[in-house]
Amino acid sequence: MLRYVIKKLLSLAVSLTVASVVIFLALEVVPGDPAASMLGVNAQEDTLAALREELGLNRGPLARYGDWVGGMLVGDFGTSYTYRTPVSEMIADRIWISLPLALLALSLSTLIAIPAGIWAASRRGSGVDLGVMGVTQLGVAIPNFWFAMLMVLVFAINLRWFSAGGFVGWEAGFWPAIHSLTLPAIALALPQASILTRVMRSALLDTLGEDFIRTARAKGLSRAQALWRHALRNALIPVLTIIGLQFSFLIAGAIIIENVFFLPGLGRLVFQSISARDLIVVESVVMLLVCAVIVVNFIVDITYAIVDPRLRRAR
Amino acid sequence: MTLRAGITVLAQGRSLLPGAALTLLFAGAAVLSLLWTPYDITELDIANKIQSPSAAHPLGTDHFGRDILSMIMVGARTSIAVALVAVGIGMGLGVPLGLAAAARKGSLLDEVIMRGNDLVFAFPSLLIAIMITAVFGASAVNAIIAIGIFNIPVFARLTRSGALSLWTRDYVLAARVAGKNAARISVEHILPNVTNLLIVQGTIQFSLGILAEAGLSYVGLGAQPPIPSWGRMLADSQTMISLAPHMAIFPGMAILLTVLGLNLMGDGLRDLLDPRLRRTGR
Repeated sequence: MLRYVIKKLLSLAVSLTVASVVIFLALEVVPGDPAASMLGVNAQEDTLAALREELGLNRGPLARYGDWVGGMLVGDFGTSYTYRTPVSEMIADRIWISLPLALLALSLSTLIAIPAGIWAASRRGSGVDLGVMGVTQLGVAIPNFWFAMLMVLVFAINLRWFSAGGFVGWEAGFWPAIHSLTLPAIALALPQASILTRVMRSALLDTLGEDFIRTARAKGLSRAQALWRHALRNALIPVLTIIGLQFSFLIAGAIIIENVFFLPGLGRLVFQSISARDLIVVESVVMLLVCAVIVVNFIVDITYAIVDPRLRRAR
Repeated sequence: MTLRAGITVLAQGRSLLPGAALTLLFAGAAVLSLLWTPYDITELDIANKIQSPSAAHPLGTDHFGRDILSMIMVGARTSIAVALVAVGIGMGLGVPLGLAAAARKGSLLDEVIMRGNDLVFAFPSLLIAIMITAVFGASAVNAIIAIGIFNIPVFARLTRSGALSLWTRDYVLAARVAGKNAARISVEHILPNVTNLLIVQGTIQFSLGILAEAGLSYVGLGAQPPIPSWGRMLADSQTMISLAPHMAIFPGMAILLTVLGLNLMGDGLRDLLDPRLRRTGR
């Protein structure tokens, strides 16, 4: 197990390094002169020179890369050019919206998908199964930001159960904050829940066809008992992988959904920075999000090995 | 068709025909829009702005008085073009990479290709689009590139895993004995046998591409005005949703139905091309 963890840790470090190089190249080297692309075509030569000096562009790319990565390792993400505040502070303010939103959506989709998948698989071919599969077919086809808009129309504008957008802030209390994240989280969770339901159902059906289930039935367990005691645990393995893979879609989705509900999270920050051509903020936020995806998949790999000991030896 | 029968069709993979019909409907609308639309979408008609659906405008008009049906037809062109080219990029680069990785399984080349794939998977197409846009500004081409890059590892992995199982077949052995090199075997014997897999995955990536394009143009990272796109129609409608819900409902329905059609067609094609899956009902 230790060797497996070390191997995975090494590959985690390599992935993070390569990702940081790619982001740095894309945003600082490819544009040629980041100062020029930040200030636009009409910039004065002396303003450009001042910005180049401020960004340290007069030094080589290797030294700049070193500074950037070294800074991030100690929590220094540079200073935003447009807001004149440290990027780390801007991220710290906004992550308390984006992260709870993503976690709420992930919990919702898991809480919906696992029972729905089990329900459909245990009544395979019945009306319930067909209904669940039909709904998931719609769930994967619906653009989540459109679904979000429809929910605003129904639940915020017509029924007035929720506000149409904005975030009350955690200082307003836990439940009011969760309340203002509920519609965004549902919108974000819908496509993920649909995919996960299908994976849960098909994994469970696969497992139910295995010999050990037949053995369990032969020794007198009912179908339901065999399902709960033996099949479910085995079927959860592929479900876990998909949850990990979905995290990157959840992050991408959150960026868009934050825009629908005017939530001041990381997604809004990125778009404001793009319009303001604030490459420093874009660079750090993209790195943070990619880092989150890579780390979550690392955690899934490790969890995987804990759930299924065969994998530790296989690799 | 009763509701129950409809759900059965949706759920059980007897979905090729309805899926293909929906897909053809929107592809047809896109092609037709090149020649004819009910109204000229570049012409503003402020007197008739924000009209609800009527005989003259079956899907109503938007805040500039433009006919929404015409906008959706032209928008179909943008969506389909972006998603199609992105699938082309993914296949064009991913398939050769996958074939090469499988032909040299376990080599450094294989390792580099597969690790590269893992890396790209960590960049959702939205993040790629954000980086491209931050540097070059927003355009439909950037959306194509961003979605296309995300498609590469999908096809590379699929091709590699499909090809690996084929490399152990007798006919490949025979080809090697006949003196063909790995590249020729990959093209002449492996590729034709993974085509079915690629067609099915291509349909799925096509539908994901439509969704991604809609999302990107919704947040302003895709096609720019005056090119109509479904995502931007939705973005435009957002502030007017209580006043003119039809402006939000119809473009969204267009996305939903196109994606649903492609997904159903993909499921149907998989059942048709891979009969082993048919019996399990998945």
